[in-house]
Amino acid sequence: MSSQISDQPSASDTAALPAVKAVRKSFSSPLGSLFVIVVTVLWTIPTVGLLATSLRPKEDVADSGWWTVFAHPNLILSNYHTVLFDGGFGVSGGLMPYMVNSLAISVPATLFPLVLAAMAAYALAWVRFRGSDTLFFLIFALQVVPLQMALIPLLQLFSGGAHLGGMTIIPQFNLSGTYAPVWLAHTMFALPLATFLLHNFISQLPRDLMEAAVVDGASHFKIFRSIVLPLCAPALASFAIFQFLWVWNDLLVALTFAGGTPDVAPMTVRLAQLAGSFGGRWELLTAGAFLSIIIPLLVFFGLQRYFVRGLLAGSVKG
Amino acid sequence: MPVTSVQLADSAWNDALIKLGNSFGAIAGFLGILLVIFFAAGRATGRLGRPLAITVFLGPAVLLLLVGLVVPLVRTIYLSFRNDDSSRFLGVKNYSWALTDQSIHQVLLNTLLWLIIAPLAATGLGLVLALLVDRMRWQALYKSLIFMPMAISLVGASIIWKFVYDTRDSTQRQTGLLSQLAIWLGWHNPPNWILSHPLNNFLLMVVMVWVQTGFAMVVLSAAIKAIPDEVTEAARLDGASGLRLFWYVTVPMIRTTLVVVLTTVMIVTLKAFDIVRTMTGGNFGTQVLANEMYSQSFVQFNVGRGSALAVILFLAVLPLVGYNIVQLRKERTTR
Repeated sequence: MSSQISDQPSASDTAALPAVKAVRKSFSSPLGSLFVIVVTVLWTIPTVGLLATSLRPKEDVADSGWWTVFAHPNLILSNYHTVLFDGGFGVSGGLMPYMVNSLAISVPATLFPLVLAAMAAYALAWVRFRGSDTLFFLIFALQVVPLQMALIPLLQLFSGGAHLGGMTIIPQFNLSGTYAPVWLAHTMFALPLATFLLHNFISQLPRDLMEAAVVDGASHFKIFRSIVLPLCAPALASFAIFQFLWVWNDLLVALTFAGGTPDVAPMTVRLAQLAGSFGGRWELLTAGAFLSIIIPLLVFFGLQRYFVRGLLAGSVKG
Repeated sequence: MPVTSVQLADSAWNDALIKLGNSFGAIAGFLGILLVIFFAAGRATGRLGRPLAITVFLGPAVLLLLVGLVVPLVRTIYLSFRNDDSSRFLGVKNYSWALTDQSIHQVLLNTLLWLIIAPLAATGLGLVLALLVDRMRWQALYKSLIFMPMAISLVGASIIWKFVYDTRDSTQRQTGLLSQLAIWLGWHNPPNWILSHPLNNFLLMVVMVWVQTGFAMVVLSAAIKAIPDEVTEAARLDGASGLRLFWYVTVPMIRTTLVVVLTTVMIVTLKAFDIVRTMTGGNFGTQVLANEMYSQSFVQFNVGRGSALAVILFLAVLPLVGYNIVQLRKERTTR
């Protein structure tokens, strides 16, 4: 776990300390510290309870609260085996296919918008043309449109193609039962924010560098490949983490475009179904829930530094 | 021959490999096409270079945005004035249904409560924590732990909290942490919190606050650190201190960030969909607009009504859109 969150960039950090301290000092009291500790504990307990329950035998879960594990530790791993493989949830194959679907959806749905948005951001920042400001503006505005607005028409498009009058503009692809609609939907919905955030980074690359490359006769393609991509690696990484978490954790898009079958539906869809219908078997439901959060948690704790930096670059200005 | 669980697991691994193979195949295809285009187009410089670059770089993104967002947006508005197979014009009938139907009133009220209370609570708590945590030892640990729920899906978070609120034992006795706490405090027969309790909407919002407070705290803490030394120092020499210093110096200095955080948290709050669907399925008076819209459109196939609800949801966040645009305008002109 680590000191990563606090070591955000900058020297102004240390310079600002004395006076900022003055404000903090007025908040500083043992009571304040106690408050933070209490909140931290409150914020952690639910997850600990989930983990503890998922490791307990069925009979124990039915008989006593999870906190009794601290007094009488009796932990097993078989709940995980059951939910993954044995179909303890009334499905042959258990949660395993759904977990694979989550992964098979998340990786491409992270990469596609990342690459396309980086390209668009570069063009908007460094290949200035008439209307590029307006275009950037429109993309920015699309960021805040709730995606519920697009669901019905997009689903109709995926299942039936697009027609105007009697003419077919986009033919009907038979995409149902594949990942393609989910990838496409995630890519489309991620583009505005991705383009906006990456534009912030890419437009701040040193002008001299870009001009020197142009003078050397490099094409935009070469500049993008050999200058922009390497220099923007940190920004790309932070957005990739963000997008991966977003896609892995998504329910609405998956529910709409993947349906509920083990062919393509991710874990979130299955777990949401089970949470409604699975009153008695908490030891299994908690194991399933923990399986669904373990990969995001690993990504989060492993790459926290980049994730936080990306967030801050996007939202703290001046 | 009896099928053992080991064999089942074997075939599951096989299927998994095939699925992942498809997924990585798609990635390889995507990158391959890009490479070919870059290789072919990279030769063109000079007069042809610019238009070609604009087309290649912006083309895919603009096309996807048009097909995936802009056209659907317009089409949803169109659909909201038509009947369910969109063969007939209905005027504002779908809207008048949405605004007069008794059950929808509860839905609208819930949505409004979500959009106001959850973001304010998460941002406010985040601000208080940001002020307190930075002068503590082990602050990185506290920050990490409070920030952690952000990585958890709202479905996962809902199951975690359903477990806190609504656990039963084999005799249907409540054994959740909250019930145990209530019993410990002397409340002998605590209610089924999220199933019937009048405060159940707020109990659902707790999940959203739990997820988002860490984000607000981390961003606001960075903004507070970025306040120039001289500003606070000058105010202090003028005799300001304590809460006054906070209210008249700190808050105005981080106002922009505060609004950005509030906006971001509010956009995420639109995903209350996940929480409501997982915890109550929209029953017990907890339905929100996004879920009603989903169920009208995709469960009952009332496409017209579903579209009208989507438009209403859009109108509800329109002030946010407007504010963001004004803000960006300002930034662009000052740059």
